[in-house]
Amino acid sequence: MRKVDLLIIGGGSAGLAAAVEAYDRGIRSIIIIERGAELGGILNQCIHNGFGLGEFKEELTGPEFAYRFAKQVQDRNIECHLLSTVTSVTPNKVVTYVNEEEGSVEVEAKAIIMAAGCYERNAGAIGVPGDRPAGVLTAGQAQLMINKFGYLCGKRIFILGSGDIGLIMARRFTLEGAKVLGVAEIMPYSNGLNRNIVQCLNDYDIPLYLSHTVSQVIGKKHVEKVEISQVDEKFRPIPGTEKVFDCDALVLSIGLIPNNTLLSDIGIKVSGTKGAEVDQYLQTSLPGVFSCGNVLHVHDLVDNVVKEARIAGESAARYIQGDLHVEEYDISCAAKDGVGYILPQHISGSDYEKVDFKLRVRKPTQNVYIEFIYNGETIKRVFKGVIIPSEMEVISLPLSLFKEKKGALEVKLTPKEVNQ
Amino acid sequence: MEKNLICICCPRGCHLTVDENMSVSGNFCPRGAKYAIDELTHPTRIVTSTVKVNDGSYSVCSVKTASPVPKEKIFEVMEEINKVELKAPVSIGDIVIKNVLNLSVDIIATENIELVK
Ligand SMILES: Cc1cc2nc3c(=O)[nH]c(=O)nc-3n(C[C@H](O)[C@H](O)[C@H](O)COP(=O)(O)OP(=O)(O)OC[C@H]3O[C@@H](n4cnc5c(N)ncnc54)[C@H](O)[C@@H]3O)c2cc1C
Ligand code: SF4
Repeated sequence: MRKVDLLIIGGGSAGLAAAVEAYDRGIRSIIIIERGAELGGILNQCIHNGFGLGEFKEELTGPEFAYRFAKQVQDRNIECHLLSTVTSVTPNKVVTYVNEEEGSVEVEAKAIIMAAGCYERNAGAIGVPGDRPAGVLTAGQAQLMINKFGYLCGKRIFILGSGDIGLIMARRFTLEGAKVLGVAEIMPYSNGLNRNIVQCLNDYDIPLYLSHTVSQVIGKKHVEKVEISQVDEKFRPIPGTEKVFDCDALVLSIGLIPNNTLLSDIGIKVSGTKGAEVDQYLQTSLPGVFSCGNVLHVHDLVDNVVKEARIAGESAARYIQGDLHVEEYDISCAAKDGVGYILPQHISGSDYEKVDFKLRVRKPTQNVYIEFIYNGETIKRVFKGVIIPSEMEVISLPLSLFKEKKGALEVKLTPKEVNQ
Repeated sequence: MEKNLICICCPRGCHLTVDENMSVSGNFCPRGAKYAIDELTHPTRIVTSTVKVNDGSYSVCSVKTASPVPKEKIFEVMEEINKVELKAPVSIGDIVIKNVLNLSVDIIATENIELVK
């Protein structure tokens, strides 16, 4: 069986940035396994601009950003297998991948970085009521069709869900000459970035129906109409609020889910994000297996993906070099009041001076402190005038704040008034 | 009159306030201040789209305006983009349309398309 030091699952921005980091820290035996025909992952179909302001200090489109990272990997001669799919990982870190040329191949790796991205929730996942005609598709599928193959999925399009991909696609459809009739969002606020509401909906007078959902899909062979209704606080359609739109496509932008089954299948612990549980090295519950990017938790900014991937790359390199120390610290981290999730879930080692905490709030909130409570004592408070679920917060804390090196950290929101 | 805007220059989406004297607050970086003034005086946008490619590894190639164009020109720019057909190979940065609509802005390719025989 072939043996390598580091095997990376997925050649998107996370996998590429992790590979470059590990290489630059001295690891030479690296292979990247990528299912698609090119490196770069989801970025290749995101032709809009707005990537990489942090990384390159300029605003790039997705393909341009992907190309820069792919080039860094190629310049280092890192081995990449395209059109190759990882089908299993074992607890002994034997990875099986398949492709047309080599068939099924087993590789034993000293370390694995999981960087397989996420997938989209589809109509089945939320049980859209009504007929099951053609013309119901996810925003990512519609994006791939138009941006890589030149096919527009409809002429009169309705969008369910206000995630970023849906917003970006509303503009894209409009520019290509389709009529976007509206976007329905079940929550009372949008799940997309503010800038996308402004430049994708408002710029083109596309209505956003908050607290609305699709209550009926109508069509024999192909979508003919969708009916939307306002929802009550329990998200049930309110009778009498129906609106019907004549349309030929229903596009869903209703959430992304980490593509983590290769790890969860072998019992690697899963967190509330549906990605793996990790410590600050981004090491999972199976030593030597690391995770980063959208497979760990869904990111809105590629800059954050890249930073996270570099940590995974460095940690994997240290692990391979026998220089990753996990003994000294043992702290659990939990999300409490108002905080949806916190990453990492565990602090284990002492090799990095800082811990990058990442969190999302449950709902839009104003004038609050993000409070870090360690063994009952507040060690850090960060004030936020506005904080919204669609924007991930990154807060770096020095490891030295955790004096006892053991115990529990809780992160929660506290209203400002209470503290004064 | 105070005006509230959301900066679209990067995904951070800062909430900006512009007062009567056109002074801007709420911006995390200087680009936000410039954006707010521009947005109130002459709004512009980067336009991204695709153009048809012949003999390429893909049948379309992604493109963008090399710098922002006036917002009211977006659809006219799209019409120009839709007239173009390229022949593979295409490289990132290739000029697809020079000086589109005399706006002093080029349309450039944002991905590489290989020649496939
Ligand atoms: C529509 C959209 C718009 C966005 N807009 C912005 C923006 O404007 N600005 C910004 O900064 N960020 C934006 N982002 C966020 C950011 O770009 C992404 O979160 C980031 O690119 C994700 O990188 P990744 O490597 O984790 O995942 P991906 O890019 O999805 O890469 C995962 C890779 O793994 C491969 N893979 C999966 N399973 C397997 C397997 N079993 N075997 C082999 N390979 C496998 C996939 O083929 C894929 O190439 C956007 C994201 C989306 C989806
Ligand atoms: S002000 Fe700066 S940081 Fe804030 S959204 Fe604009 S460009 Fe981004």
